[in-house]
Amino acid sequence: MNLLTISGSPHIQDDQSVKKIMYNVIVAMIPALLVSFYYFGYGAVKVTLISVASCLLFEYLIQRFLIKGKTSINDCSAMITGVLLAFNVPSNLPVWIIIIGAFVSIGIAKMSFGGLGKNPFNPALVGRVFLLISFPVQMTSWPKPIESARQLTDAVTGPTPLAVVKEGINNGEAVSDLMTKIPTYVDMLLGNSGGSLGEVSAITLIIGGIYLLFKKIITWHTPVSFIGSVVIFSGILWLVNPEQFVNPLFHLVTGGLMLGVFFMATDMVTSPMSAKGMLIFGAGIGILTILIRVFGAYPEGVSFAILIMNAFVPLINKAFKPKRFGEVVK
Amino acid sequence: MKTFRIGGVHPPESKLSEKEKIKILSIPQKAFITVTQHMGAPSVLNVKRGDKIKVGTLLAKGEAFISANLHSSVSGKVAKIDNIPDASGYKKPTIVIDVEGDEWEESIDCSSDIKKEITASPEEIIQKMKDLGIVGLGGATFPSHVKLMVPKGKKADILIINGVECEPYLTSDHRLMLEKTEEMLIGIQILKKGLQVERALIGVENNKPDVIEHLKKMTKNFPGIEVHALKVKYPQGAEKQLIKALINREVPSGKLPIEVGVVVNNAGTAFAVYEAVQKNKPLFERVVTVTGKSVKNPSNFLVRIGTPISELIEAVGGLPEDTGKIISGGPMMGKALVSLESSVAKGVSGILIMNKKEAKRKAVLNCIRCGKCVSICPMGLEPFLLAQYSEFGEFESAEKENILDCVECGSCQFTCPSGRPLLDYIRLGKAKTSEIIRNRNKK
Repeated sequence: MNLLTISGSPHIQDDQSVKKIMYNVIVAMIPALLVSFYYFGYGAVKVTLISVASCLLFEYLIQRFLIKGKTSINDCSAMITGVLLAFNVPSNLPVWIIIIGAFVSIGIAKMSFGGLGKNPFNPALVGRVFLLISFPVQMTSWPKPIESARQLTDAVTGPTPLAVVKEGINNGEAVSDLMTKIPTYVDMLLGNSGGSLGEVSAITLIIGGIYLLFKKIITWHTPVSFIGSVVIFSGILWLVNPEQFVNPLFHLVTGGLMLGVFFMATDMVTSPMSAKGMLIFGAGIGILTILIRVFGAYPEGVSFAILIMNAFVPLINKAFKPKRFGEVVK
Repeated sequence: MKTFRIGGVHPPESKLSEKEKIKILSIPQKAFITVTQHMGAPSVLNVKRGDKIKVGTLLAKGEAFISANLHSSVSGKVAKIDNIPDASGYKKPTIVIDVEGDEWEESIDCSSDIKKEITASPEEIIQKMKDLGIVGLGGATFPSHVKLMVPKGKKADILIINGVECEPYLTSDHRLMLEKTEEMLIGIQILKKGLQVERALIGVENNKPDVIEHLKKMTKNFPGIEVHALKVKYPQGAEKQLIKALINREVPSGKLPIEVGVVVNNAGTAFAVYEAVQKNKPLFERVVTVTGKSVKNPSNFLVRIGTPISELIEAVGGLPEDTGKIISGGPMMGKALVSLESSVAKGVSGILIMNKKEAKRKAVLNCIRCGKCVSICPMGLEPFLLAQYSEFGEFESAEKENILDCVECGSCQFTCPSGRPLLDYIRLGKAKTSEIIRNRNKK
């Protein structure tokens, strides 16, 4: 008779796997990726390919020669980091800077903590913020959509809507005047405005996010509390003085907000475990984002806000426990 | 539709044998009856080698408060009393009987007519259940008469009958509720009388529409019994979840259902109670589902306790070539059998045969902190954290995180995308934590 397997229950497992989760995230990013190719052309393709390739390579090399474990690149998480890093940089970023960004993302932010699941900070965001601080000029020269897609080199650049507004308000201009200098809301929703290659098209990011919600890869808690707190906080400011503060809708469709809402803040590894925790986490990110955008030195604050809240995740996990069944009230 | 609120999963139902009528399995040549088949203090042997016994003869006595009697399921001669591994894999004292004929004790009413009138008083009901070895047939095998003896200061107002059968594959309760409906309903009336309550609720999951419809029709003649359809969700058959789903009462952590005025019994137990109280028949046979994807004829059998598992497998067409694992019970909470030597006990609701591919676990990867285990835990615990504490021996922290509330339903490990053995670690943690608490209380 052949030998029987002995193990504890349960004896069946769901067909969900890490790989499937990662595949679904990649699928969810495809619409935004295609839009970026449309608006930024060759530059966007190049940045994405180099970013993904170098992320995979760094993960492989570090796993193989430093950690000396089983290669983990086939779980696709490095590919996601690669795409997200590309989403977070301008489409005319020099190749060597992208490679440095990939190294920081994978090497420092992810593998030095032990690889997938162990990193406290979102790897792609660590890479982006590192590049933003180290190479502020290259990281803030934004190719203009459509125009830059037609040219192979020397793309025409211009500021992002957020930068226009930030600078204008600092110079004492009224919001109503500034609104005439930026693209229309429809353009900003579709992606026809300056910015990092993956963040410009709010609508495709929302579609990707809905796909992830539908596939149950993410839950509604973080996105809803993030968006909600942005709307409430910026809405209060706007109601106080609509000539000094921009309306909430502007905040929602500009910059990396939608990318942050659906693809960065919801990163499983670096977000809280319980529903309550996720609500707090999302609300914190929203408030910090508006604080930085309105009162900070940078026009955009989503990346900083998410990284700051990432640091709070262990505390949030400790403080906000799920409701226990049959909890005895003391 | 009603269901419990926190957590839960929906594993593939795989009820392969739900249309198979209960067949009577032939009596074995040799019966292997484990002396203690219930949860609680061990039973004390009442027979010795060479004794002539009949079907229904008392084999072992439950002398402690939480203990149960054991009766013979066959007639013949006690060949020996030996240590043989039971479903848990450990060797347990077992009575081996050489079967001769099928002679029943005279006290048992063998007629096939249904006896409706309940003449026994509450005290007599409890006494009969105790004498005739009735235990919970849902799997936990807690002595049923103890549940009816409500402790001082507590009061029961509702009896809940568990017809959920949320474990995939298993269909024994499903068939029993369809084929022995009237007997079961009389059994429920007896339990109500024993417990002195007016209301009984039967919870049945919505994947058994035939049972729900049939019971709704039949209960018209049984005042005080209601049938409730429940949304299919595992582990709805866990008593705390079932109580929450049906009447929205929450049993406090570490307490029994009686705390909220409820006693829960399995549908199969209600049938056994009918047979004991009305027919004087001890619990010596039960319905067992024998199933699996590679099994030729998945079936439901009425089996005598002590029948070797190998005979059940023969009856469904033999052990498939590619067998990888044999489980006593369902795939979520059942026990993997060490060998086919063990035999059917009171708590065996099914035998599930898995092929080699199904028997293999997923590769274990890093925890990606997806939070799935937290969101599906029906007890509102954090399985990833409990497993981590147990892995690193931090049992005091695990205790603070309510590790002992875990009902071991296995939903966390089922759902983990990284294939982590969460429940394996949590079980270890529970055992160690209980030990720590015991030692602390001793001081």
